[in-house]
Amino acid sequence: MRVTVRLFARLRDIAGAAELPREVSAGATIATVWRDLSGEFPGLSAYERSMSSALNADYARMDAEVHDGDEIAFLPPVSGG
Amino acid sequence: MNGVPLLAVGSEPLALEPLVSAVATDSDGVDPSTGSGRCGAIVTFLGLARNHNQGRRVKHLEYEAYAPLALKTFARIADETRERWPGVRVALHHRTGRVNIGEASVAIVTASPHRADAYSSCRYVIERVKQIAPVWKREFFEGGDVWIEGATADPDDMSAREHAERVACA
Repeated sequence: MRVTVRLFARLRDIAGAAELPREVSAGATIATVWRDLSGEFPGLSAYERSMSSALNADYARMDAEVHDGDEIAFLPPVSGG
Repeated sequence: MNGVPLLAVGSEPLALEPLVSAVATDSDGVDPSTGSGRCGAIVTFLGLARNHNQGRRVKHLEYEAYAPLALKTFARIADETRERWPGVRVALHHRTGRVNIGEASVAIVTASPHRADAYSSCRYVIERVKQIAPVWKREFFEGGDVWIEGATADPDDMSAREHAERVACA
C-alpha cells in the first residue's frame, strides 16, 4: 500500500521534506509508519513522546490502522496564537 | 452573509471589523436564537508578534499550519465554546506565513447576549488554540531562528480543556 506522510515545522526540517510517499504493508498502523520513519531519520525519535498524529486530516491515535492512499501527518508540539 | 467566514487560516493580514460584523449579524445555523439583535456584547482579541521573547530580540515570526486540520480544530473549539457558554458566537482567524513585529497573528471575536460570557469565551478560545490548533511559530531573532514548541496537541485531553475553562473563568 502507498501512503503519504506529511511533516510539519521542526519534523519537516529534520526529514528535509514536507511530504513523503511511503510503501507500507497491510495491517500497518500509524505507529508502524512512525517507527519506519524514525529509523530513516533518527532525529525524529526525540519527538516520540511529544508529537501528535493525524490520519486524513483528523487527529488520530498511534494504533489507528492505515489504508492505501491515506495521508498520515506527524505534528510536533503546537505553538499557535 | 457578508462573505467573511467565521473560521479561517491563511496568509492574508487580519482585520477585526469584518469578524465583528460576521458574529454580530450572521446566523451560523447553530443557534438561530442568537441571531441579529440578540447580541449584547462583543469581545475581540488580537495576538500580536512581539519584539522580544525569552531575552531574544525578535525580528519577525513565520507561522505554518496544517490547514485542513486547523479548520476542523477551530470548528471543534467553537463547538466546545458553545457547549460551555450556550448562545455565544465565535469567529477565529489565524495567519500563516511571515508576520512582522506589531502585526496580528490571530484574531478572535466572541459575541454573546451578556458581557461575562463574551469575555470568558474569548479567553477560552485563545487558550484552546494554544493547546490543540495544528499551527507552529518560527521565531527569527538576532542571531538565529527557532521553532517554538508548546503543547502536545490532544483534543481529547479533558484536563487540558478543564484548564482552559478555569483560566477563562478566573
